[in-house]
Amino acid sequence: MEFAAFFDQAWAARVAISKGLGTTVAVSAVAICLGTILGVGVGLALTYGVRPLRWLARGYTDFIRGTPVLVLVFASYYVLGTVGLDLPPFEAGVLALTVFCSSHVGEIVRGALQAIPTGQTEAAKAIGLTFAQTFAYVLAPQALRQILPAWVNTAAEMVKASTLLSIIGVGELLLRIQELISRTFLSLDFYFFAGVLYFAVNYAIERFGRYVERRSALPT
Amino acid sequence: MGYTLNFAAVWRSFDLLLEGLALSLGLAFAGILIGCVIGLIVAFSLTAKAPLWRRPARLYVTIIRNTPILVLILFAYFALPELGLALSKTNSFVLTLAIYSGAYLAEVFRAGLAAVPIGLREAGLAIGLREGQIRNSVILPLMLRNVLPSLGSTFISLFKDTSLAAAIAIPELTFEARKINVETFRVVETWIVTCLLYVATCAALAALIRYAERRLAIPR
Repeated sequence: MEFAAFFDQAWAARVAISKGLGTTVAVSAVAICLGTILGVGVGLALTYGVRPLRWLARGYTDFIRGTPVLVLVFASYYVLGTVGLDLPPFEAGVLALTVFCSSHVGEIVRGALQAIPTGQTEAAKAIGLTFAQTFAYVLAPQALRQILPAWVNTAAEMVKASTLLSIIGVGELLLRIQELISRTFLSLDFYFFAGVLYFAVNYAIERFGRYVERRSALPT
Repeated sequence: MGYTLNFAAVWRSFDLLLEGLALSLGLAFAGILIGCVIGLIVAFSLTAKAPLWRRPARLYVTIIRNTPILVLILFAYFALPELGLALSKTNSFVLTLAIYSGAYLAEVFRAGLAAVPIGLREAGLAIGLREGQIRNSVILPLMLRNVLPSLGSTFISLFKDTSLAAAIAIPELTFEARKINVETFRVVETWIVTCLLYVATCAALAALIRYAERRLAIPR
């Protein structure tokens, strides 16, 4: 293995690689933010929605969770273009990841809210809180303890899922690496390098998740 | 927008989609079968007292869980031959799935092992069973009951991950869908049918797992 050749090529391509890494982070960050906003809505609809709304949210999450992310990416890139909403690869990819993220966040929010004992809601009612107050002061803070660690986990999932956008031609890290490989033929070195970079990003997120979990746990 | 739905082209190639689906299921099944063996060994290592066993197991789980599966697939198929390990497409993909799911299953099995009450081990010792006997006839059957739901959801997500085999041109469901898409330009129809096939299969698998759970539940 030519380590010197690898370092030369990697250094020569440092701009492309760091741009790719930037795109990976940008795609993931946008998808996580939008997906979380949408997902909290979905989670609330799943838990407190009136029946038709709840069924709608249930159908949405089940459909999205039953479809591979890659198929979502293809669908959002090809299908939306055909029916008139012609998105560039970046936007189409972000849309697919957002939808994917929202179904996961929706389930996390629902699970956390339903795990709170009904006694809490009853106690809140007994002291005369409105639903909005109950939610803001009683339910949300307790649910958040459960949501945060799982949510950080979802963030790591999104970074991993962002690699799939390389297949529709979004210039994120994996695509940049593949371009480098097709130029230099150093597939072993560069795929390993890609693995290390992704590992570094995800490991940082995982450590952060552990930290959040410790901080948000009830003191014993 | 002038796009009229016409499913005829998709129905003509429906056999291809079904063949792809069967291959997807086969790949996932082969992957999880080997993954279970890896997962069990790693789970016992993770719960071992000796750090010599625990550390490498922990390292394996951390690395695999923090690396995108697409990078692992491409590494196994394009980079491993440089190290002298040239596998066919299908073999390298199944190997990747096994190693990938092994890391997730190790955590699942570890949690399952932890949930078996210590008293059962002691009871086994008290009636004169050897360590191996306790492990195989007391701990393992109970652990498998505990982990069945998580094992099931790991299998379902592994089934969805088989869509990534399209990236190395294995003719599974997503690959066939892309082919039909390119050949017939019935973009919307193809992806709708593909999505529904995935969702229906996932729903069927989930129902199957719930049935198995009910059958294997300890009667009370």
